[in-house]
Amino acid sequence: MTPLVIAGHSFSSRLFTGTGKFASLPVMEEALLASGSELVTVALKRVDVHNESDDMLQHVHHPQLKLLPNTSGVRTAKEAVYAAQLAREALETNWLKLEIHPDPRYLLPDPIETLKAAEELVKLGFIVLPYIHADPVLCKRLEEAGTAAVMPLGAPIGSNKGLRTIDFLEIIIEQSNVPVVVDAGIGSPSDAAKAMEIGADAVLVNTAIAVAQNPVMMAQAFRQAVIAGRQAYEAGLPSVQRQAVASSPLIGFLDEV
Amino acid sequence: MSGFKDIFDQYNWDDVKAGIYAKTSRDVEAALHNSKRTLEDFKALISPAAAPYLEQMAQLSRQLTQQRFGNTMQLYIPLYLSNECQNICTYCGFSLDNKIARKTLNREEILREVAVIKAMGYDHVLLVTGEANQTVGTDYFREALEVIRPHFSNISMEVQPMDEADYSELIPHGLHAVLVYQETYHQADYKLHHPKGRKSNFEYRLDTPDRLGRAGIHKIGLGVLIGLEDWRTDSFFTALHLRYLEKTYWQTKYSISFPRLRPCSGGLPPKVEMNDRELVQLICAYRLLDQEIELSLSTRETPRFRDNVIKLGITALSAGSKTNPGGYASDLSSLEQFEISDERSPASISGMLRAQGYEPVWKDWDAGYV
Repeated sequence: MTPLVIAGHSFSSRLFTGTGKFASLPVMEEALLASGSELVTVALKRVDVHNESDDMLQHVHHPQLKLLPNTSGVRTAKEAVYAAQLAREALETNWLKLEIHPDPRYLLPDPIETLKAAEELVKLGFIVLPYIHADPVLCKRLEEAGTAAVMPLGAPIGSNKGLRTIDFLEIIIEQSNVPVVVDAGIGSPSDAAKAMEIGADAVLVNTAIAVAQNPVMMAQAFRQAVIAGRQAYEAGLPSVQRQAVASSPLIGFLDEV
Repeated sequence: MSGFKDIFDQYNWDDVKAGIYAKTSRDVEAALHNSKRTLEDFKALISPAAAPYLEQMAQLSRQLTQQRFGNTMQLYIPLYLSNECQNICTYCGFSLDNKIARKTLNREEILREVAVIKAMGYDHVLLVTGEANQTVGTDYFREALEVIRPHFSNISMEVQPMDEADYSELIPHGLHAVLVYQETYHQADYKLHHPKGRKSNFEYRLDTPDRLGRAGIHKIGLGVLIGLEDWRTDSFFTALHLRYLEKTYWQTKYSISFPRLRPCSGGLPPKVEMNDRELVQLICAYRLLDQEIELSLSTRETPRFRDNVIKLGITALSAGSKTNPGGYASDLSSLEQFEISDERSPASISGMLRAQGYEPVWKDWDAGYV
């Protein structure tokens, strides 16, 4: 399997993970390690940045886990830029999952504020991975703004509904010059495998692992599904045929003498 | 300015009540079956007809809550700043006609309370007062926020309703959420329960969430005081209010609380009793109506009840609460607003949560966010 490279950083795992909703921090830690993930997102608002022994940070502190702070909770570009700077200073990374969802019910990303914030943050030297709608034009605009990847949603976050936006994801994947990470909505390993099969560069999964009856086992299942999906993509999936292709009923006459 | 009042005026209490009590098991089954539920579905779910379906409601509620909030529980604590009050409320220990010693904390006293609360592990705090606009008004709150803000990531308030300009002024000082319970949506009886003081103005109170929404507050808490009037009808109006607010102030988050009347000094006994089974029904009905709503349960409820319902839809708990100003550090025996039922410490609640497979969350906001 080819490694994934984002902003010069190479990842051997294409499964990115989150840290919310787990029943305990030790379970979270065990699940993250079992997932094989190398990039894990942490909400700045859940972390006490002034406390070096912050519980959350202690449990994600492993050499193979790269931290991806996120701006969950902010409602505007201005707040996002502020939060990003806070995160960079506190967590000593310029990587950022940019998420601006002014709608607290469905946590849907604001495309206008996200683009504005991305333009600003790129200028400030951040490696920006924006969480956005599966909007192909917006993805191109973000790419032009200099984001390191795009992270379109498969379905509303936490919904476990799978790849409801698949038609748009396929267009985004076809057109993108930066890695495409399907974020949000992936509810089962088969959803993750499907995302990888259609050519997504990675997936980000949180709820489906955190809320599983056995999060550690589910993390392993996702790990395998992402590998399988990626291998299938690289192996070259045969195209789907709607009907058996028999002879050539339409052009057969060309061969008739 | 248009607001919830325009919608509220289209409803008649008695018609709504009759509509709820007319719901049948068929209505309940339809409500359970739907994936997106309407206010008519909510009526069915809070109706007497839903009682036999409580286990099914609880299962669904638990599943929806877990999907949205995961295996976590937000912890917060009230900090009573004052028991001065110019209102007469028939059910409240702080009522003007209750001859008790009045107390409003000064800067030093607030800091002493803060130190005790911080030592318990808290990072989200709820400031509570009576209504004494001369001494405990916007200026007092601004100063209190300045004192408290450096110590907490998230500050909420449950105080008298204020003007939009007051909210706009306090929000940049760290005010994250405001809880304002209508107490009852029964307009005529509201006057009986609140005969004197600014609180007797039903419409000003009803309009408060609109003023908060326009001021751009992050979170608004709604609820009624259960025991004043028919809880089913009052809960329908709360849900109606909630739906209106969610559509209008779509950037704001909402929470619901379920305060059942508790004994207090000089207070009246509840007119309408709500039993535990009914409270569970109401909690589940809210969750089935709205998967995203925060549902909060205070120490008014007993340990046994709280331990059991945290699995059924609740997302936030208080613990170790004192309901008297100075109660944590300086004035341990001043008059409380109401008696609490669950006196366990935050550490003990935290242990109980972990034992049930929940991660207690102390911090879920950052003081740097406005």
